[in-house]
Amino acid sequence: MAGKTLYDKLWQSHTVEDREDGTTLLYIDRHLLHEVTSPQAFEGLKLAGRKLWRPGANLATPDHNVPTLATERKSGIAGIIDPFSRLQVEILNLNCQEQKIVEFGMMDKRQGIVHVVGPEQGLTQPGMTIVCGDSHTSTHGALGALAQGIGTSEVEHVLSTQCLIQKKMKNMLVQIDGALAPGVTAKDLILYVIGRIGTAGGTGHTIEFGGSAIRSLSIAGRMTVCNMAIEAGARAGLVAVDEKTIDYLRGRPFSPTGAMWQQAEKYWLSLKSDSDAVFDKVVTIDAAAIEPQVSWGTSPEMVVGITGRVPTMQSVNSDTARESLALALKYMGLREGQPVSEIMLDRVFIGSCTNSRIEDLRAAAAVVQGKKVAGSIKQALVVPGSGLVKEQAEQEGLDKIFVDAGFEWREPGCSMCLAMNSDKLGEGEHCASTSNRNFEGRQGFGGRTHLVSPVMAAAAAIAGHFVDIRQWS
Amino acid sequence: MQSFTIHTGIVAPLDRANVDTDLIIPKQFLKSVKRTGFGPNLFDQLRYLDEGQPGMEHGSRPINPDFVLNKEQYRTASVLLARENFGCGSSREHAPWALLDYGFRVLLAPSFADIFYNNCFKNGILPIVLAEDIIDSLFLATQHGKAYQVTVDLAQQQILLPTGAHLTFDLDMFRKECLLQGLDDIALTLEKAALITAYEEQRREACPWLFADLL
Repeated sequence: MAGKTLYDKLWQSHTVEDREDGTTLLYIDRHLLHEVTSPQAFEGLKLAGRKLWRPGANLATPDHNVPTLATERKSGIAGIIDPFSRLQVEILNLNCQEQKIVEFGMMDKRQGIVHVVGPEQGLTQPGMTIVCGDSHTSTHGALGALAQGIGTSEVEHVLSTQCLIQKKMKNMLVQIDGALAPGVTAKDLILYVIGRIGTAGGTGHTIEFGGSAIRSLSIAGRMTVCNMAIEAGARAGLVAVDEKTIDYLRGRPFSPTGAMWQQAEKYWLSLKSDSDAVFDKVVTIDAAAIEPQVSWGTSPEMVVGITGRVPTMQSVNSDTARESLALALKYMGLREGQPVSEIMLDRVFIGSCTNSRIEDLRAAAAVVQGKKVAGSIKQALVVPGSGLVKEQAEQEGLDKIFVDAGFEWREPGCSMCLAMNSDKLGEGEHCASTSNRNFEGRQGFGGRTHLVSPVMAAAAAIAGHFVDIRQWS
Repeated sequence: MQSFTIHTGIVAPLDRANVDTDLIIPKQFLKSVKRTGFGPNLFDQLRYLDEGQPGMEHGSRPINPDFVLNKEQYRTASVLLARENFGCGSSREHAPWALLDYGFRVLLAPSFADIFYNNCFKNGILPIVLAEDIIDSLFLATQHGKAYQVTVDLAQQQILLPTGAHLTFDLDMFRKECLLQGLDDIALTLEKAALITAYEEQRREACPWLFADLL
């Protein structure tokens, strides 16, 4: 009999019941909540007269709507200017009080993007099942947890039952061996993978990322990779546990301690796929072949290396693909065959659940130190992933480096990744963004997003257009 | 949840691959704390020529005459014909809420994104996966001439076309049952409360740290 994959093991250890209809009742260990996808779930719970199954398994923090300007934050929730945003943040706060759910509120320094906060606090642990009403929950898979985004009906289901009814996905392995070139990051790696397999390449599968290139990544880098598993169509991404995982978890506020830590560590180290495990789909990638990536279109699969060009109509071979290319070129205001390094930028955004951790900020700061943002750039934003990331960065003087270079240094939140607060692109503006989605209108009505790594965004801010970070001095 | 048994409706063809959830319902409308009222903002960026904001009077906004749902023959459509990877992107259930609120009950596509697909079933919408060549032929049939009406029978897993021909489709049993009967799956799970508690006890024994309360 073939061995088990990590996904098989996580699935099996959380199976409450296998049902005759082929679905499984799956137990959920950790539930993360934010203000946008939870109000209707709490309302449904109340209307049905149901109670929370296990209040102590939930953690909430507002992130999507919160202002990132210190001036707008200083008087708390009441100071949020947009009345719709304010209401959502207020309702999350009220629901948490009413249901006795721990919330890191807007004024708490532990507040931040839910996918940065979970791992940072040790709330995300290997071997857990983790859900959140947000598709980028896949991030937490970097620590060997089965983490998936869910809709609001399922948020209500988990609040009421601590379970989900699911059908098991297939197993997919993305094996990346070799060394990434200097300047080539986890972000480039995952963008390259999405470019290769497409935005539906992982649909119906859980993707495990393996190989020496993944082992060499920091935990922050692995989070960047798993974060965008959803952009490859996979609801969950996974990386096996190793010593780096254990080191990362040691001493975090919600990590186990003492004898419990010893017991947990032993279990966590068993969380990897067996050597004879069989995957339904395997993709192998040579890390050394990956260039710094830049997305040129309106889907994360529309991506090329920095030395590349926007595709031409002749280079695509189906009517649907030509249609998509034509729509993307029109929306993005680009011409076929244009070198991506020639794309002139209006704004730069460094932040989001993909790239707002301390490692990302350090890397970007090193690029801009002693330099100035190009005069043609209207705005360059740095938005830390959490209050604690912000505090750490300030202790290291990173904020000063950014501000001296002409960046704005903001309060934590999702910010311009999805522009639900006032951080957004104007119509027709091009943005170098470290976020995860370049969909039409994502960063603002008519805005044009180019997905890149933090170092590529930082260099682009200085140059005013994309440059090859490998040539940066 | 409203049940789904048989549905007859006009098909509207949305000829575009990878329609993401930001296109289905842009984020500014996610600020609502309700499940209803999203219909006027379904495909907001494609339907209107200006930037939509919550609270706007939609009747007075400039519409995009080229967009399929703004064309006379598709105005009353309740079946949406789409291309591959429909619903990719975020987990926002506002996407199916907006489709439902607009009046769509059936979606036809060669593939759907996983989270979106799952969210549809929780809201009485039936997303049907059909082979690429069948989808192509439906696009051909619906893009010209007059209204194209189909009848979808969930129990039989069949689509009756205007030509009298039938298409069949696959669907997993659990989702089919829930949709046919309009079942509340939380109530179904709560019937298993004893099993869940038993699981927790056994798991707590093996991995006690997983049950440390955050409170």
